[in-house]
Amino acid sequence: MKTKTPAIPYVVWMAIFVVIPLFLIVVFAFTNFDGHFTLENFSNIDVFLQVFGNSLWLAFIATVICLLIAYPFAYLLAQEGPVFRKIAMLFIMLPMWMNFLLRTYAWMSILENNGFLNQFLGLLGIGPVHLINTDAAVVLGMVYNFLPFMILPIFSVIEKLDNRYIEAAQDLGANRRETFRRVVFPLSLPGVLSGVMMVFIPSISTFAISKLLGGGMSFLLGDLIEMQFLGSAYNPHLGSAISLMMLLLVVIAMLIMNRFGEGEEGAVIM
Amino acid sequence: MKQRSPALSRLFNGFVFLFLYLPIVVLIIFSFNDSKSRTVWSGFSFHWYTELFHDEEILSAFSTTLTVSVLASVIATIVGTAAAIGFFSMKRRPRNLLMAINNIPMTNADIITGVSLMLLFVFTGNLLGFSLGFGTLLVAHITFNIPYVVLAVMPKLRQLDPNLGEAAMDLGATPWQAFWKVLMPELRPGIFNGLLIAFTLSIDDFVISYFTAGSEVSTLAMQIYAMTRKRISPEVNALSTILFLTVLILLIIVNLREVRQQQAKDRQIRALHKDAAK
Amino acid sequence: MKKIAAICLALLMLLPLAACGQKEENVVNVYNWGEYIDESIFDDFEAQTGIRVNYKTFASNEMLYSSLKSGGSSYDVIIPSDYMIARMIDEDMLLPLDFSQIPNMANLDEQYLHLEYDPQQLYTVPYMWGVTGIIYNTTMVNHPITSWMDLFNTDLTGQVLMFDNPRDAIGIALKALGYSFNTTNEEEISQAADLLIQQKEKGLVQAYVMDQIFDKMINNEAAIGTYYAGDYLTMSEENPDLAFCIPSEGSNLFVDAMCVPTCCENYDNAMAFINFMCQDDIVLRNCEEIGYSTPSATALEAMDPEMSENPVAYPSSDVLNTSETYGGLPSSTLNFYDHEWIRICLAKVKVH
Repeated sequence: MKTKTPAIPYVVWMAIFVVIPLFLIVVFAFTNFDGHFTLENFSNIDVFLQVFGNSLWLAFIATVICLLIAYPFAYLLAQEGPVFRKIAMLFIMLPMWMNFLLRTYAWMSILENNGFLNQFLGLLGIGPVHLINTDAAVVLGMVYNFLPFMILPIFSVIEKLDNRYIEAAQDLGANRRETFRRVVFPLSLPGVLSGVMMVFIPSISTFAISKLLGGGMSFLLGDLIEMQFLGSAYNPHLGSAISLMMLLLVVIAMLIMNRFGEGEEGAVIM
Repeated sequence: MKQRSPALSRLFNGFVFLFLYLPIVVLIIFSFNDSKSRTVWSGFSFHWYTELFHDEEILSAFSTTLTVSVLASVIATIVGTAAAIGFFSMKRRPRNLLMAINNIPMTNADIITGVSLMLLFVFTGNLLGFSLGFGTLLVAHITFNIPYVVLAVMPKLRQLDPNLGEAAMDLGATPWQAFWKVLMPELRPGIFNGLLIAFTLSIDDFVISYFTAGSEVSTLAMQIYAMTRKRISPEVNALSTILFLTVLILLIIVNLREVRQQQAKDRQIRALHKDAAK
Repeated sequence: MKKIAAICLALLMLLPLAACGQKEENVVNVYNWGEYIDESIFDDFEAQTGIRVNYKTFASNEMLYSSLKSGGSSYDVIIPSDYMIARMIDEDMLLPLDFSQIPNMANLDEQYLHLEYDPQQLYTVPYMWGVTGIIYNTTMVNHPITSWMDLFNTDLTGQVLMFDNPRDAIGIALKALGYSFNTTNEEEISQAADLLIQQKEKGLVQAYVMDQIFDKMINNEAAIGTYYAGDYLTMSEENPDLAFCIPSEGSNLFVDAMCVPTCCENYDNAMAFINFMCQDDIVLRNCEEIGYSTPSATALEAMDPEMSENPVAYPSSDVLNTSETYGGLPSSTLNFYDHEWIRICLAKVKVH
């Protein structure tokens, strides 16, 4: 059935609620409180490069850790029987249905100086570990919250891998490692890339995790932007400028990803 | 694929599950704690659950969250499915452009979507005389839900046999009947997936709601965030436990249904075989 | 057929806009500091006037300001601090009050009226006042605490809690260096910011907090912090190991007052609420609950002497004379504060 009209409401919707808001961000970024065109919002770049660097670094670490945990997990799980796989996937998704703030809040009780972890270590005679309100706690929060987002796409792709590719490789004389390196891994890349994007972007822009687990000691890009709109240093123009820069960062990251992957609507949805 | 050492791999996967569930278990245990402490156990009590049910702010935030999530996901599914059908009928160039715009809320960081929508709502709100509230919250949720619906339905559209619609109409169906009775069943799994994803995202959202809900309404996530900025009451733990159990039970029910449906199907097939064998 | 469907879709999407205009009947929207009221009084207010209280809290004056400025919020009564009120009056963000609807204002002590932030007493009715100081855990701190510098020159690594708002944080550093809270000298403000940054880099700070300090001090999570006197009294009820010190350099004497923002939608209800809050019995209940000091002369007279003679809640005039109130600052200084505050937030612990 070839008909374009059903799409019209959505096209209008997108114009109003996707395109215009982004346009407003650009407008705000290049104006000041008096409404005049200005570049002053971009003048303090050197100060903000520090925040960018820090956020990039933490997001990168979180993504790598997620990948290192998720890939073996997905690979090993794909080798289990179908019923086990299904149940395991459900239990991976279950935490996602609880609100992510609750999941982050849970770690506060664990990481505090008198928290669960230190009580446990105390029983073993190990001195208190000062984890709360550090970069490490924030990375931990990121990994915990976004790990399922890395597992799902990778598992989805590996599960659907055509077994014949592997058999063919083995028939042609490849051992396990070679089969993995030259057949399985490249074929699983779309899932990996999907997972990386679904972890990296939220990680680099989060402010809830850094507020709950960072306590003002781990100040990230998201915190900086939030501060300019609803926080302690109101300046929506500066906030828009920083948002614009974050937008650029995300676009660059996506372009790099697309270089590696096939690009297309590669988001692997269940 | 052959297993190398099932024990080791099971252990690793077991640790991952432990990592995922340990904090939740801690939350649940301390929801029954007698004292206000979230870290030191002093006895069993249902106190926090009764507190929770008397906490009007949380209850109203919960109802707001449910209402917004249901409304937004349903509307997004309807609009998104229609959009996917429309996009599918377009030529490659315009379709690629529209799909690229469609992907923006998905790939954009939540905070940018939230902040940009807030700017829009406040700007037009000052002009037209409305303020941030349930309406803006709903619009924001619909906006970030639709792209996922489109993305869930498109693959199904591509898998469709292009001649099905024609065949139905040749056999006398009106275009509307052809659509509803022939095409929709094919699309249904994609539509359902889209609905589910949209609902999950709406329930879980914090950042976009934070910027677009204003002062009059609050979602569960916003309420929890506000609570963590003050003295934290184990009411939050009680809330987590209830949410967790609800989701767990829902998942079990849904999967039991699927298993039963599968068993029923298997029985039917076996019965057919028996008949055929006679 | 398709056109009808498209129209239906469009109508469906207008649904959310219809939901925009839903307003409650007979409500007053109050926006106040956290832990700053006895919430049981709302039932009394509703019984007395039939008006329901919709109560929300903010964490700091600056966040209140952002919330009002970003638009989209509609509060009827807000309760900011002196310096923020001065700023809002300057920026035309407040509505003058109709004092004919606030007869209970006569209960208030003259000395809390016509203050610097609202010299003609047109926009505000004082709610509570107090001082800031250092709160510390006597079992975790083994030396006497007497000065603001004790927060900066200490060996209590990872044990210090600081104010999570620019005015209070920078203010403390200014006082520690011997400057005024209200200096507009950017050199001095920079030095204060540098002191705070050094404190962070040395790893002394555990967190920048506002109301989160309650849990932390009560549960012995942190050894020392700075906050408001009334909150210390509340905390010490649950943790008797805590002590309070008004530093020798002098602390901040603040007044929080009720006012009405321009976005107010229930003006008469706002007047009724403000008047209600000045009733003696309500004042006493609030003071009892939050530990802060009242500007109401009649309530003070009726107050339990254990409270009204508490040196923390009602310091002697010698102490009060050393303290300084925040005044309004010119917008260039405020911009500079924001700039320095971002610099402070970005500072990280330097690993040794």
